[in-house]
Amino acid sequence: MTLMKKRAGLALALTGALSSAAFMASAQEEVQKGGTAIIHMISEQRILNPGLRASTGVYNITGKIMEPLIDKSYDGYEPVLATEWTGSDDGKTITLKLRDGVNWHDGEPFTCDDVAFSAIELWKKLLNYSSALQANLESVDCPDPLTAVFNYSKPMPIELFVAAMPDLGHPVPKHLYEGTDILKSEYNTAPVGTGPFKFVEYERGQYVLAEKNEDYWREGFPYLDRIVWRFIKDKSAAAAALEAGEVHESGFIGVSMADVERFSKDERFDVGTKGYENNVAHSTVEFNHRNPIMADLQVRQAMYHGLDIDYAINTIMHGFAEPGRGPVPSAGGLNYTDDVPTYDYDPELAKTLLDEAGYPVKDDGYRFQLRHRPAPWGEYTQLWAEYFSQAMKEIDIDVQILTNDAPGFLNGVYRDHDFDTANGWHQFRSDPAVSTMVWLRSGQPEGTPWTNQFGWKSDEIDAMIDAAASELDVEKRAAMYHEIQVKAMEELPVIFAIEHPFISVTSTKLHNHHNTPRWNSSSWYDLWLEQ
Amino acid sequence: MTLRMPPILIYALRRLLQAIPVVVLIMIGTFLLLKLAPGDTVDALVGDMGGADAAFIARLRAEYGLDQPIWVQLWRYMTKLATFDFGWSFVYEQPVSTVLMDRLGTTLLLMAASLSIAFTAGITLGAIAARRAYSVTDNLISILGLVFYATPSFFLSLMLMLVFSVKLGWLPVGGIKTIAAFYTGWDHVWDVARHLIMPTAALSLIYLAFYLRLMRASVMEVADLDYVRTARAKGAREGRLMIHHIMRNALLPVITLLGLQFSTVLGGSIVVETIFTLPGLGQLAYQSVVQRDMNTLMGIIFLCAIIVVVVNFLTDLLYARLDSRIELA
Repeated sequence: MTLMKKRAGLALALTGALSSAAFMASAQEEVQKGGTAIIHMISEQRILNPGLRASTGVYNITGKIMEPLIDKSYDGYEPVLATEWTGSDDGKTITLKLRDGVNWHDGEPFTCDDVAFSAIELWKKLLNYSSALQANLESVDCPDPLTAVFNYSKPMPIELFVAAMPDLGHPVPKHLYEGTDILKSEYNTAPVGTGPFKFVEYERGQYVLAEKNEDYWREGFPYLDRIVWRFIKDKSAAAAALEAGEVHESGFIGVSMADVERFSKDERFDVGTKGYENNVAHSTVEFNHRNPIMADLQVRQAMYHGLDIDYAINTIMHGFAEPGRGPVPSAGGLNYTDDVPTYDYDPELAKTLLDEAGYPVKDDGYRFQLRHRPAPWGEYTQLWAEYFSQAMKEIDIDVQILTNDAPGFLNGVYRDHDFDTANGWHQFRSDPAVSTMVWLRSGQPEGTPWTNQFGWKSDEIDAMIDAAASELDVEKRAAMYHEIQVKAMEELPVIFAIEHPFISVTSTKLHNHHNTPRWNSSSWYDLWLEQ
Repeated sequence: MTLRMPPILIYALRRLLQAIPVVVLIMIGTFLLLKLAPGDTVDALVGDMGGADAAFIARLRAEYGLDQPIWVQLWRYMTKLATFDFGWSFVYEQPVSTVLMDRLGTTLLLMAASLSIAFTAGITLGAIAARRAYSVTDNLISILGLVFYATPSFFLSLMLMLVFSVKLGWLPVGGIKTIAAFYTGWDHVWDVARHLIMPTAALSLIYLAFYLRLMRASVMEVADLDYVRTARAKGAREGRLMIHHIMRNALLPVITLLGLQFSTVLGGSIVVETIFTLPGLGQLAYQSVVQRDMNTLMGIIFLCAIIVVVVNFLTDLLYARLDSRIELA
């Protein structure tokens, strides 16, 4: 008893001293089995099927119930339902070995048929982001129940395939979906998977409950008896629930930034960005290049010089962020380079550039007016818009903020193009080919959200993006992305101003938390609760 | 006709017939108004998902029938509604009627509890304040009422939460029950009751102020009327005077307010339900607007319209009961 207390005291002291080391310290404690972990979710999910909806909100729940073929750990890609993967020399075939002895929660065995069915019927046809990735997938063969062969009509880089699998590679049970209308399937809101937890119930507007899978393929796991995801829309109420001990974790910045800062000084909580390396996002400034003023490169560069990025990082993000360096974030691994042109904060230079560009200060005290649409994705996005507006006033540009909700924003920017500037955040999904390149590539159908709808077109960059997407050589591919980054920083189609991971507030009662680079989306098989 | 219907039934029937065009107009008006809001449920869904490709979006829109002209959508909706089919909620992936029925109980429980507390306490305090007008008691009651009235409900809710959940740890922060506790029988009832204490308190304290102010003014007015003086001259004691002569007549405007407030039952608790994460209709309405869940929203509005019509009818009946000069015609 006393021993336990001392240990807890030691762990607590370490938490205070070295918050990053606290994760390590807790891992060495004696594991306690059982208990219910309660997780805060800020918004409700319509569909609980990661094979149908690629979204961190969906993974945050279903990642415990349904598993991907491959996951990502801090040591690299980790076999989950696939144990080995190899690509052919021409890049047109990818062969996966599947894990033996895995059963779906209803007792049926997991086989290659499930993978083939999911890939052709869901990943290629229905899953967002994935339908572009798997556009050239022609068939999936099953030479034996534990081998899946993916056949492509054009080369598919194995790095890209593997990088996409943790998010876009969740098989569904064929025997429950086959022959039914997949979009209307009852299992989309009552998922059946192979994961460490089994779905129990989903009470709309309240919670989702999952319980331990006794038949899990990792022997001795999971540790927890149950997981409950509670939907709490109000951020202050969520903070109160954390403090009262009714909720153990809140991810994706589910409480206000002021509360994040308060909790980071409270020793009952671990606060940080660890575990989000794979979910890095950029706070942006987007331009409508149809407006001739915005189409002027010198104006865009002047505006970048007018932004004090470090100030914004410290005041808005409370230091949990870094300045952006183009479309690939520093978590992008090989494909990232920081050897790009940058724009220091220099309002005087900005003013000179604007004068030179032919936009002097007019009688009303401003050079020109801009209508700005902020995305309603959380408090800090709104604050970044307000900062942008203020900073632009310093260099005599009048920015009016048009506040709107999600449908209003998506229509205003992406369909009606009714804006001069906009800001939002955009997530990097492990590989530029399946994420940030859509910001630069022209020719996307009108009205598609989160794509280049800015009226910006560069044949050179379009060609570079297409070449990189099917380049099989890793080094060459990385060099191509470095080149794209440099180009994007020179031409500034979009300002990728701030690179930020998300922030979690976690009770220190939870152990083994945030120990993978996409932890909130992962299976939590080794998570345990101190009781 | 040989069989004469009782007058109250004829009256009810006529009111019902009058209500039909009202409800139809409300539904058409709301439908068109909602269509004016930018974006639809597919935009909201895509916003939640963090993006999707164009084909995916077009397919969803076709599946939800949103690719049709607005008049076609309206016609389809109204013909379905005529058979009391509320349609399908694309947000909850359930029939709207199921979604509504799941939520109605919580809201009715919350509203019935807070309105009856507010009504009872309000008229009692109001009557006391009026009888001791301009005394210390009156001032104290009036100031208290003013404070509750002036406090925004979100602030009151969060402060209650801070004191009773975070600091004292007596009451649960939110929700309707303790999840994964699997209580049954009386334990379950007690659990739900504990979860409802703070939301009920927050809502009733705000409503209380209305009844208190109105009752106080009304009692003071009635107390000066001739028939009260006559009754007093005839030797009626203060207690009888208060209950038989003053209160009964002073209640009329308060009943009007009760009827009016009951009509706002479904919408009135949006803030409180959202903060305390109670799965009620208020929270549902808010979510439905954000998510542009047309069918659910229309369902809620239909339910509201019906409740307004019914409550208006009941209020009229109650008037006739309280004041025999009023006739139902």
